Amino acid sequence: MIAYVTRRLLLIAPVLLGVSIGSFALLHLVPGDPAMILAGQEATEEVLAKIRHEHGLDQPLAGQFVVYLGNALRGNLGISIQSRQPVATLLAERFPFTLRLAFLAILVSGVLGVVAGVIAATRRNSMIDLMALLASLVGISVPIFWLGLLMMLVFSVRLQWFPAGGSGTMAHLVLPALVLGASSSAVIARMTRASMLEVLRQDYVRTARAKGVQDRIVIYRHALKNAMIPILTVFGLEFGYNLGGAVLTETVFSLPGVGRLIVEGIFARDYPVVQGSMLVVATTFVIVNLLTDIAYAWFDPRIRYN
Amino acid sequence: MPGSTLAFDTTDSAPTAAPRGSSFWADTLHRVRGNRAAVAGAIVVVTFVVAALLAPVLAPFDPLKGRLGNRLVAPNAVHWLGTDELGRDILSRVLYGARLTVQIQVAAVGLALGAGAALGLLAGYVGRWVDQLIMRFMDILMAFPGIFLALGIIAALGTGLGNVIIAAGIFLVPQFARVVRASVLTLKDMEFVQAARALGQRDAAIVFRYLLPNSLGPIIVQTSLRMATVLLTASGLSFLGLGVQPPSPEWGAMLSNARSYMITAPHVAMIPGLAIAVVVLGFNLLGDGLRDSLDPRLRE
Repeated sequence: MIAYVTRRLLLIAPVLLGVSIGSFALLHLVPGDPAMILAGQEATEEVLAKIRHEHGLDQPLAGQFVVYLGNALRGNLGISIQSRQPVATLLAERFPFTLRLAFLAILVSGVLGVVAGVIAATRRNSMIDLMALLASLVGISVPIFWLGLLMMLVFSVRLQWFPAGGSGTMAHLVLPALVLGASSSAVIARMTRASMLEVLRQDYVRTARAKGVQDRIVIYRHALKNAMIPILTVFGLEFGYNLGGAVLTETVFSLPGVGRLIVEGIFARDYPVVQGSMLVVATTFVIVNLLTDIAYAWFDPRIRYN
Repeated sequence: MPGSTLAFDTTDSAPTAAPRGSSFWADTLHRVRGNRAAVAGAIVVVTFVVAALLAPVLAPFDPLKGRLGNRLVAPNAVHWLGTDELGRDILSRVLYGARLTVQIQVAAVGLALGAGAALGLLAGYVGRWVDQLIMRFMDILMAFPGIFLALGIIAALGTGLGNVIIAAGIFLVPQFARVVRASVLTLKDMEFVQAARALGQRDAAIVFRYLLPNSLGPIIVQTSLRMATVLLTASGLSFLGLGVQPPSPEWGAMLSNARSYMITAPHVAMIPGLAIAVVVLGFNLLGDGLRDSLDPRLRE
């Protein structure tokens, strides 16, 4: 296990380095003088010189990257051009919100998806199975922003069950989490069904049935427990995609997360904010995937030897 | 992305064995025709493409010109899908939007397919450090979850049709690279490829005569599924205001504009969203059906 974890850690190091090069390169891909972009059009020559020195922009590119990486590792992601606050402070305010939303969404979709998948697998080719198939295809096809508006129209405007936007209470998060979790539920349902069908074919399930174990116990204790292992990987991946989907969900429901932060940052050409958000979100995604892989190997020892 | 799990077997109306001596493609067509999901998907996709091609003929009004006295009209006999906040005919805008969507999809998937297939072939065929280098680079691209990579590219390049295509295309390069690489790795060690090598065939001949044609199945499946992804990504960017800009009748942009009129005239927002959902569903159905039909494990 230790060897496996070490190998995985060694593999993500170049990815994280690449991610930081990517977010560093962003400022240099934008046409124009980076110092001018950071300081604004009206900056005096002294201010520009100061910015160049602070960000190491007077050094060759490789040197600039070393300064950028060094600062990032110390938690210094630069200063927002718009609000003049440290980007790290802005992210500390906004990112936990997005994480909570993505976590709630994966919770909702985990429950919905696993239940639907198990039911579909145990009643294969029945009407229920077909309905689950259709629902999951619709779930992955509906654009998240449209689903958001639709739910808002029905549950906030017409029925007035939930607030239409804003944040503060749990009620504010119900619709966003459902909307964000819709496509994950569909993916998890399909994966659960496929995995359950695979497991239900195994000899040990037949043995359990043959010795007269109740159907319910066979399905939940013998089959589902083993079928859950590959589904775990999907949970990790979907959590990451939910971070991406949160950009759209937060826009629809006017929520104060990192998705809004990055979109507003792009509009305002606030590059340090965009760079910092990209870096933090990608790093989180990579770490979540690493943890999922480790959990996978923990539950299924066969993985470690490949 | 969603849709990448081989799960539901939609081949419940299992086609009987294809006629004897039929080619791979005739056999495949036979199987696809027996797959209800694939047929439904194909019908949606064909209708969508025809609507896009014939938009100038089919559209009853100018998609960009409206009468302000005719704002936010509900669907009626003249304006079948109603009018928007500037009095423009929504049906005409949806039809021209289909045109725009096809352009984005073909260009972005073409970009992703070209670059991804080349990288995947190189990684799978050459192997060793070339493989490591290319696949680690793909890992980096995939480290930005969902729409974030596209957002980063837009932040660097700016908004507009061309940049949306680049952003949505680059976003999908790793998917194609992985599929082609996996296919090449399997094929590379097969006897017919080894025989070709033993006969002294050059690398280029092996790649283009044997590896690429035999990877077409998974490539076609990916192309259909990724047409759906591109539409979701591009319309998402436009919805955020970071994609194709108004007054273009891009579906995501139409939806974004309509948000302010959601309560008084919900049809203005609902129709473009429905168009996106139906077309995405069509490509997903077709892709899933093709996968079931082309998967060698399911072939007898």
